[in-house]
Amino acid sequence: MQPANVEAERAGTLVYFSTKSENTHRFIQKLGLSAQRLPLNREEAALRVEQPYILVTPTYGGGAVKGAVPAQVIRFLNDEQNRHLIRGVIAAGNTNFGDAYGLAGRIIAQKCQVPLLYRFELLGTDDDVVNVRKGEEEFWKRLT
Amino acid sequence: MTIMQRLSRVNAINWNRLQDDKDLEVWNRLTSNFWLPEKVPLSNDIQSWNTLTQQEKQLTIRVFTGLTLLDTIQSSVGAPVLMEDARTPHEEAVYTNIAFMESVHARSYSSIFSTLCTTRDVDDAFRWSEENPTLQLKSELILKRYRSDDPLMRKVASVFLESFLFYSGFYLPMYWSSHAKLTNTADLIRLIIRDEAVHGYYIGYKFQQAIAEATPERQQEVKDYAYELLLELYDNEVRYTESLYDEVGLTEDVKKFLYYNANKALMNLGFEPLFPSSVTDVDPTIMAALSPNADENHDFFSGSGSSYVIGKAVATEDDDWAF
Repeated sequence: MQPANVEAERAGTLVYFSTKSENTHRFIQKLGLSAQRLPLNREEAALRVEQPYILVTPTYGGGAVKGAVPAQVIRFLNDEQNRHLIRGVIAAGNTNFGDAYGLAGRIIAQKCQVPLLYRFELLGTDDDVVNVRKGEEEFWKRLT
Repeated sequence: MTIMQRLSRVNAINWNRLQDDKDLEVWNRLTSNFWLPEKVPLSNDIQSWNTLTQQEKQLTIRVFTGLTLLDTIQSSVGAPVLMEDARTPHEEAVYTNIAFMESVHARSYSSIFSTLCTTRDVDDAFRWSEENPTLQLKSELILKRYRSDDPLMRKVASVFLESFLFYSGFYLPMYWSSHAKLTNTADLIRLIIRDEAVHGYYIGYKFQQAIAEATPERQQEVKDYAYELLLELYDNEVRYTESLYDEVGLTEDVKKFLYYNANKALMNLGFEPLFPSSVTDVDPTIMAALSPNADENHDFFSGSGSSYVIGKAVATEDDDWAF
C-alpha cells in the first residue's frame, strides 16, 4: 500500500451551492474536504468543473417541485461538461417540509440519472459529517 | 427606534430596490405557502375523534390550546417587536406576513375545536391553559425577552419559539397520524409545521446577520445567553411534557422530539447542535408521519452501501427545469 494521501486518492471532488444563509457552506467546512462553491450571482464567472464530482445543494421553496432546485444550480448543470461529470448528489433541507425534504436532490438525481447519496438538515450534525465523509470515500473507491 | 420616530417618517417600500434579496426570496416562499383552515376537510375526522378515550380527547385539546397560546404570542407580540428591529423595509413586510400567518394558525385550532369538540371541553382547556404553571412559565420566559431592550435576544427567543417550543405539541397530531387517527387534522398541522420552518430560518438568518456585526465579546455573551435560555426553556418543556404525556406513557418519546428540534433551533441561529444523536433518535413512525406521501425515504450513504447506482448523466436544458 502507498502511504495514504486521502485528498490525492479521491477520484472526485465536491461542488456545492450555498445561499447567503451559509448553511450548506458551513456543512462543507465541517467536512474538511476540498470543494468548489458555485457563484451566488450571475455577474460572477460561471464554474466549469474538470473532474468527477458530487453536488451538494440546498432545497428551495416550501414543498413545490417548481423552484426547488436553486437557479444557480440549474445554470451550472445546463453546462454539458458539468453535467457529464456529476456522479451523485447530496441535498440539504428540513424535515418540516415533509415530502419535500431534500426535494432538490431527488429532482437532480432523476434528471441527471445519478444517485441521491444523502440528505441532511440545516448545518448538518456531527453524525452527518461522519456519514458523508465515510460514504464519500467509499463511493469514490467504488467508482474507480 | 421608538414607535413615535417610526410614525413620524415612513418611506414607500420599493420591492424593486432590495438591500437583501433574501427578503424577497422569503416573501415569495411565504406568500406561495399561504393557506386557510377552510381548505382542510376537518369534519372527516369526526368519526376518528369519537374513537379516542375521554383522556385522549382532553390531552389533544390541551395540547392544541397550548399551541394556540404560542401562536397568539408570536402574532401579537413576537412578530411586531421584530418589526421594530428590522434592517430593511422588506424585512418589516415579511414580519407582517409572519404575524398574520401566526393568527391563521391560532385560528385553525379553533376550527379543529368547533369541528370535533364540545364547547364545554374546549372552555375547560382554555381555563387549564391560563392556570397551568409550566405553560405560563414558557410564555413568561419568551415575553421577558421580547420586552427586553436587546434586539439579538428578541430574535433568539423568537427562533426558540418557532423552532423548538411548538414541538411538544406538534408531536401529538403526528402520533395520531401514525396510528391512522385524525389524519385531516394532521394535514393541517403539517401546513403549520412547514410555515414555522420558514419563520425560524428567516428570523435566524436575520439574527446571524446582526450578530456578525457585534464585537467578539458581545458575540460570546449572546451565545452564552442563548444556550442558557435554551436550557431554561428545555427544563420547563420537560415538565410541561410530563404534565401532559405521563398519563398516556409517551413522555420519553416526546422528549426525543424535543431534543431533535432544539438542535434545529440552534442551527437556525447558526450555532452548533447541542444534543447528541443518542438522544435525538425520534421514533421513525413520527418522522414518517411528517412526510406521509414520500415514496422513498432512503439514500445511499444511510443504506447498506451495496446498491450504488453508477450515474450516467443525461442532457438537460433550461426548459427541463421549468416545471
